[in-house]
Order: sequence, then structure tokens, then C-alpha cells
Amino acid sequence: MNDSRCLAFLLMDAPFEQARTATAFRLIDATLRAGIGARVFAYEGAVSLAVTRQKPHANAIHGRALEEEAHPTPHAWINALADLARERGVPFDWVNCGLCVDERGADEAAPSARRGSPADFWKMAQESVNTLVIPTR
Amino acid sequence: MGGIVTRYLLIESRDPFGSTDYVRRCELAAALRADGADVTLFLVENAVLGTRAAARPQALEKLAKQGVQVLADEFALRERGIGSGEIAPAVKPTDLAALVGLLAAGARATWN
Repeated sequence: MNDSRCLAFLLMDAPFEQARTATAFRLIDATLRAGIGARVFAYEGAVSLAVTRQKPHANAIHGRALEEEAHPTPHAWINALADLARERGVPFDWVNCGLCVDERGADEAAPSARRGSPADFWKMAQESVNTLVIPTR
Repeated sequence: MGGIVTRYLLIESRDPFGSTDYVRRCELAAALRADGADVTLFLVENAVLGTRAAARPQALEKLAKQGVQVLADEFALRERGIGSGEIAPAVKPTDLAALVGLLAAGARATWN
């Protein structure tokens, strides 16, 4: 079942550091699986989630090869969310703050992410039934 | 005369034993409830470390008695090895779909 409702999310944390990143992705995934659209605004360090130059790696400490380690890369998660949204027939929009991207030189973004500004977040919040800000500490 | 009841969703992620913020959030939940609001405290990440029935202080039990709904992310519970048999009766393990449902229903949400 799906409907025209959307939830908006604001993420601030850079990848590979906080549990909040994984929880946020799980939450967006649960939203799409509930048949509800998701609009995501990535701000500050969170713009690096979409960088396509992220590389999975092996784990020599645990003796695992690249394939066995299956190291997750957030840009692949973003694309997977976009695929899930298409499959469920619900809207999905991922916008990176352009100024934050430029600060970090993080402009090689996943195809599912687009460049925008805080004005996009305002629009997302206006067009969604609710907004959740997941702030950094 | 019945008015519109405001619904609040307080999402707590911090370790209750490592930050006084957790206690402040419980106080906020109690105050909102006392003011007549419908309040859910949703525990994620390290905040679930306070769900064990043997944990002190027993803030969650007090909140439940006051009418606050206390939910805990079952994924976070599993990650931390907290089994269903050791969780305080006041706490209901659930998945993130429940959190999505509350958001979609328009609850005023904050994340700490």
C-alpha cells in the first residue's frame, strides 16, 4: 500500500562515525516500506554520505577478504533507497546542501542525490506530513 | 469538553548512564504528560541500555505509570544483547515501523 504522504528528514552526521547514520538509514528504509515517501536533506558532514569514491575494504585483522567483509558504503545505501522507492512507487528525494558540498570538495555524489540549498529543506518540510531533524552532538 | 490532544514523540539515543540529558528527557516526557499531552518516549541506540528491569534508577517504570508510552527499538536491544526476559515491563520492544507510524500521524518529534 502506498499513499501520497511524505516524511522529511534532516541528517547532519558524517559517515563512518555515529550510530545515528545507520539508524537514520533504517528509519528511511522503514518509511519507504510503509508506502510513505521520504525527502532527505543532508547538511554539514552528512553530504559526504553520497560520495561515490567511498571504497569497501577487506579486514586484515579479522582475516576477511573484500567480499567476505562486505563493508557498507553509504552512497550505495542511498542508491538502494532510491531503488526501493521506485519499487514501492513512492517519492524519494535526497538533496545535499551545495555549500556544505563545496566546503568539503564532496561533489562526486551518487546519482540518486542532487545538489540544493537549505531552501530545499524548507520546501521539503512544507510538503511533508512531518519532519524529523536528527542533529549531531 | 474535549480538546485536541497534542501528541509528542521524544526519541532518545543517549546512554542513560553516561549523560544527564536522558534524565532531563524523562522529566520532559513526564511534564508534557502532566499537561495532558499524549507522549511516547522511543528509545534507540544506547538509550536502550536503561531498559533492563534491574537497571537503576527506574525512570521508565515511573513514566509508564504516568501514562507515557515507552517503546524501544528491538534492533538496538538485540545489538546490545538485551533479551526480552530482562526488559522492564514498562518497555515495549518494537521496530522502526512504529516510529514511522507516529511520525506519519503527525506527532511532534524531537531527537536527542
